Amino acid sequence: MLKIAVASGKGGTGKTTLSTNLAAYLAERGSVILTDLDVEEPNSGLFIHGELIHQEDKFKMVPQWKSDRCTLCGNCREVCNFHAIVQLADEIMVFPQLCHSCYACSELCPTNSLPMIPEKMGELREFQADRLSFVESKLDIGQEQAVPLIAQTLRYVDDEYSEVDLKIFDSPPGTSCPVIEATKNADLVILVTEPTPFGLHDLKLAVETMRELKKAFVIVVNRHGIGNNDVIDYCNAENIPVIAKIPNSKKIAEIYSRGHLLYEDVPEFKAELDRVVDFITDLNREASR
Amino acid sequence: MKEIVVISGKGGTGKTSLTASFAVLGARDVIVADCDVDAADMHLLLEPDFKIAENFYSGVIAKIDQDICTKCGKCTDVCRFDAIPIVDSNYVVQPLDCEGCGYCARICPVDAIKMELQNVGDWYISTIKTDSTMVHARLGIGAENSGKLVAKVKNEAKRIADEQQKDLVLVDGSPGIGCPVVSSLSGASFVVLVTEPTVSGFHDLERVYQLVKKFGIKAGCIINKADLNPAIRHEIQSWIQAENIAAIAELPYDEEFTRAMTEGKTIMESESELLKSILTDAWQKIRDIL
Repeated sequence: MLKIAVASGKGGTGKTTLSTNLAAYLAERGSVILTDLDVEEPNSGLFIHGELIHQEDKFKMVPQWKSDRCTLCGNCREVCNFHAIVQLADEIMVFPQLCHSCYACSELCPTNSLPMIPEKMGELREFQADRLSFVESKLDIGQEQAVPLIAQTLRYVDDEYSEVDLKIFDSPPGTSCPVIEATKNADLVILVTEPTPFGLHDLKLAVETMRELKKAFVIVVNRHGIGNNDVIDYCNAENIPVIAKIPNSKKIAEIYSRGHLLYEDVPEFKAELDRVVDFITDLNREASR
Repeated sequence: MKEIVVISGKGGTGKTSLTASFAVLGARDVIVADCDVDAADMHLLLEPDFKIAENFYSGVIAKIDQDICTKCGKCTDVCRFDAIPIVDSNYVVQPLDCEGCGYCARICPVDAIKMELQNVGDWYISTIKTDSTMVHARLGIGAENSGKLVAKVKNEAKRIADEQQKDLVLVDGSPGIGCPVVSSLSGASFVVLVTEPTVSGFHDLERVYQLVKKFGIKAGCIINKADLNPAIRHEIQSWIQAENIAAIAELPYDEEFTRAMTEGKTIMESESELLKSILTDAWQKIRDIL
């Protein structure tokens, strides 16, 4: 059993390209589940085409004010650390977008006037294409918090796919809370970067984050050949393994632009994907020993 | 005072390179704000001097005083975030899991839990190479990107623009559709959407524009790497027209983009006369719309 999260500090470095190609390629040999956790802007589904086998709305719990017994004591407003509750002259107003579902207002209300009710925050969809299973969640426009939907998606995959040995997670960009949620249970994190100053700067932040989380991580350099050698020098100096270097190529960019997978059409890409697969296979062998 | 916010939904479309180029074109007339605080990169192109640096405190995290704690376990029971596991027979708050709701501290029978204010990052006011001012920030590792630091950067930029009697604030926005981008968009006069003709670029553009529409802000669009996929480029052009979005510019796929960035230059300081003239026209168009 291996959980691999594909992440990056900078956006647009090729997380989705690597996740989708890796998952589809590995599914030629055995069962794989790919999960898109970039719930704000999920893209993996543009590259993976399977049969829709399940769809469900995802909810977060928010308080709903019941006026009949409320004494307007103000306790709910006072306990809410997220300013999601406002008290007016004769009314309590709840702002669901700001609510973190901590239940404090609801459970500490002396008159039980704030029962928690489900509010839709997004959708989960599940696809099957031969041995590749694919799950994606999409946050509704106007919902501001990605973390609860990421957490529920992870739980869904854990429950439904406990038998699948290889799980790949396409993570959100950055180094803040959504990335932490998406990577915290992974056995290995693959950080995708590009060899440019932006790529290096954001990679350093991602590396710091992974060290803070005490995660095992390796690097894949994408668009190798542009920019300069600073990313490779940095990885060498820090003893971080660079397991593959995907070449910079306009042909790759064109195939990607159409929403197609790359490894069947681009041998140079497939060669680098093989390196990633070899690394994972070795890791799996060691883990099962 | 007008506020231009540049966003893209998808990462890697060239948003920051373009914003930095507009900062050069606007020179002393614009105050720059880098609101992409989670992966702030604009400082790599604009040579800020980090003249003023301040810590930013936002939100709280629970901490249990083990000398007072009676190990009753009530805090763990109420915590919806599984943030208080038992470690070596003590109840210990996991900072990365704690949401800062304070429920545990409120119900602790012996007051063993204190909520501590968090330093979530730093923010800076700099003079940049255009001889103007930039406000920027660095979010701490794993910190909550609640949008508050984004709001701070923007509000400081506006305050400085007011003070220096500048009529333009140029904002490099955050990716995605969540709290940070909502914070970047609030109060904007005009949104520049940067995209690329790829299925994912278009998909993310449509999603983020739904959010822009909710704010009712007027928008323009720049298609970068426009010749990469003629079919999708055409789809985006039709969509822009249908949505009544201003077509600001189209730039060709050009590795000069990356070359300039590698040298720490904006496109306006690059070798490409073509890209420079397209961007000069684009900036003029944006100014005319405002």
